[in-house]
Amino acid sequence: MKLLKYAAAFALTAQIATAQEPQTGGTLRLIAQPEPPMLMLGLNQQGPTQFVAGKIYEGLLRYGPDLSAMPGLAEAWEVSEDGLTYTFDLQDDVTWHDGEPFTSDDVVFSLSEFLPEVHPRARGVLERVKEISAPDDNTVKITLNESFPAFLQSFEVSSTPMIPAHLYRDTDYRANPANDTPVGTGPFKLDEWQRGSFIRLVRNDDYWQDGKPYLDEIVFNIVPDAASRAVAFETGEVDVLRGGDVEYFDVQRLAALPDTEVTNAGWEFLSPIIWVQFNLRNEPMNDPRFRKAVWHAIDRDFIANAIWMGFADPADGPLPANSPYHADNLPAADYDPEKSRALLDEMGLTPDDNGVRVTVRYLSLPYSETYIRMGEYVRQQLREVGIELDVTQTDVGGWAQTLGQWDYDLTMNLLYQYGDPALGVERAYVSSNLVQGSPSANVSGLDNPEIDRLLSEAASATSDEKRKELYQAFQQKVVEEAYFAYLVRVNFPTVYHTRVRNLVDSAIGLNDTMADVWIAR
Amino acid sequence: MQRFSFVLGRLIKGIFVILAIGVLAFFVIRLVPGDPVAVIAGKSGSVDAEYMEALRTRLGLDQPILVQLGIFMKGLVQGDLGQSYRQGAPVMEIILERLPATLLLTLSASAISILLGVMAGALAARRHGTWADSAISTLALIFYATPLFWMGLMAILLFSLVLGWFPAFGMVSSDMRYEGLRHVLDVLHHLVMPMTILGLFYMAVYARLTRASMLEVAEMDFVRTARAKGMTEAYITRRHILRNALLPVITFAGIQAGHLIGGTVLVETVFGWPGIGRLAFDSLLQRDYPVLLGIFIITSVMVVVFNIITDILYTLVDPRIEVTQ
Repeated sequence: MKLLKYAAAFALTAQIATAQEPQTGGTLRLIAQPEPPMLMLGLNQQGPTQFVAGKIYEGLLRYGPDLSAMPGLAEAWEVSEDGLTYTFDLQDDVTWHDGEPFTSDDVVFSLSEFLPEVHPRARGVLERVKEISAPDDNTVKITLNESFPAFLQSFEVSSTPMIPAHLYRDTDYRANPANDTPVGTGPFKLDEWQRGSFIRLVRNDDYWQDGKPYLDEIVFNIVPDAASRAVAFETGEVDVLRGGDVEYFDVQRLAALPDTEVTNAGWEFLSPIIWVQFNLRNEPMNDPRFRKAVWHAIDRDFIANAIWMGFADPADGPLPANSPYHADNLPAADYDPEKSRALLDEMGLTPDDNGVRVTVRYLSLPYSETYIRMGEYVRQQLREVGIELDVTQTDVGGWAQTLGQWDYDLTMNLLYQYGDPALGVERAYVSSNLVQGSPSANVSGLDNPEIDRLLSEAASATSDEKRKELYQAFQQKVVEEAYFAYLVRVNFPTVYHTRVRNLVDSAIGLNDTMADVWIAR
Repeated sequence: MQRFSFVLGRLIKGIFVILAIGVLAFFVIRLVPGDPVAVIAGKSGSVDAEYMEALRTRLGLDQPILVQLGIFMKGLVQGDLGQSYRQGAPVMEIILERLPATLLLTLSASAISILLGVMAGALAARRHGTWADSAISTLALIFYATPLFWMGLMAILLFSLVLGWFPAFGMVSSDMRYEGLRHVLDVLHHLVMPMTILGLFYMAVYARLTRASMLEVAEMDFVRTARAKGMTEAYITRRHILRNALLPVITFAGIQAGHLIGGTVLVETVFGWPGIGRLAFDSLLQRDYPVLLGIFIITSVMVVVFNIITDILYTLVDPRIEVTQ
């Protein structure tokens, strides 16, 4: 942790010392892993697709590190008093990569035809829209059925990318040949994609922001092995390692290399929280005392510092500390194995000759080495208090299916926040999202009318005060009942060479357009 | 004429083998737990039932399994391997895009392992019992026993990071736009490490095989006869011993052709080589059944072809072996 702070301080002074005009030219070399299946961001929103296609497509708005809206394809916007009407003024002189002008008609097409049909996350938001109209070429007016303040957070590029109407209207979107040659408005265009090898983007000379982008090219190398990725950074064959490109225990070693910086900025919008998830349908997980016993048996500081190497903070509830709605007075789930044992005693779960009180199934989450270590740690800690985990090892595909079929007792999961609780958090808690078969629905089986009510009222409340109040009540309720055992909020580290400037300047970090990134020579 | 009908017969048998592999692989893949729709849905964030249903229909996964098998086999007979779930593109196209990289890697690894392996084995046999023999045998044992991926990582550390001789990953320099001869040299530069690492294991096998086989042949009567006739040692080794000792090497080379695809998964992963070994692994993780099946089919075609070539080679090396049906 100390090292990171030092690196950050050093980075700051280095920036000041060399403060200069951005230089044009150069190639930025990154890693895309795993390889994205396609680059048509409207049809696919997997992490690697967001990362690469975020330079090709753009959204109406961007978001600063404090989650406040910034101009994107919309240069200005206005929300009516009653919170029902949103008016966007679009940038002038924006063209698609094929030379056609970008107009309000494209926005109307994207939001009312394309995205509601193919984008599962956008559909939920756009269902609240009553009417979208385009008074003129540069203005879009959206009227909602009822007030939904989170609406302003839903114009990030992966949530609602703008799609060219002239190429997609009245076609079979998924079979459109244009999917292979993505056409966006962004600062970079697809140049070459050698499957399994690399994706190369080149500068869009007609980009609407004069003088930008500064880079000539961005190359995304496909390097499947984490150790090889670390070496590729060390040999200088890539300039940037994104969070997850290398294991966290490798980051500190790489950070100590000359001319190297580390930042954990750029994840404010997604701000993932990792939790132990219970299947609330099964015994003894349906007893809050058992769930609290699990929570008290785990040392969250240990996970943050020893397993995530300082790139995570202990999480105390469903919202991250950087959310404006985060409650500060939640009952602490302190690390206290004695308390766990007492709760289990109270439930009548007494230890047998081997000290085992109860055996439950644990479905291991195999995203990376770090998640496997977290699972091993949790297993060891729970054994200490008499809960034996019967571990099922699978790959991610097996995990997703078993989870979606609700065939587990305990597992671990991670939830992206998407800027507002109504967009990223709600889906894991509301009973309307109890969909069997999908691993990303409400798979824990949480079905509590009080929570449904709090979340639904908070989503549509017009005043920020009222929203804050309702979300606080929600957090209190969830933590009291310990529906999830919250572990850590992750701050994914980005490791990069100092010659790369302006790398992270928004809440979506490296997923953003990179129009402002430049390389010092 | 006889050779032609032999090849034809083997080809017909091969086609049935491939069809049988198609049916078998179809069911084996579906035994792997994990639903493609759940995998795709899991990566799309929030998902509703409507989306999952539409996805299932689009991929044809709502059909009974025998109907799915029928569709797959019908396509296979017509040379159509279907569409990838993940990329939406035709499987044949996806595989053909990646196959050349694997062929380049495996064929060059085979060539170098046979060449160096047989040479080392022959040397060890001729210098039987000397320090050279011990050195070769020991090295062969080490290469035989060490995991490929570990050796790959060590090679990257030494030759990329410390010495800076070879690039750490990939098949071309992605930030350059080399063309013509410069491009070929660039690919060869990237090829050296993965080819050598993939070849080491088989090099060890061939060295041991050649050594043992040559020592056995050297004891035979016709060698003694040749020696009694006053022929030089070098001539005897080349014409009498090595030629006869090569038969087991050829047998094994045929088997190696099948094994190489498996070995490439690790080597292609460590070196970021864009071949079908990695494609197979990615497809397995994504439950992209059509691509996985397609790779099974294409590799079994290759194994059948390599087997026929091996059989023909037998008859060339040792004309006493006659081709029969």
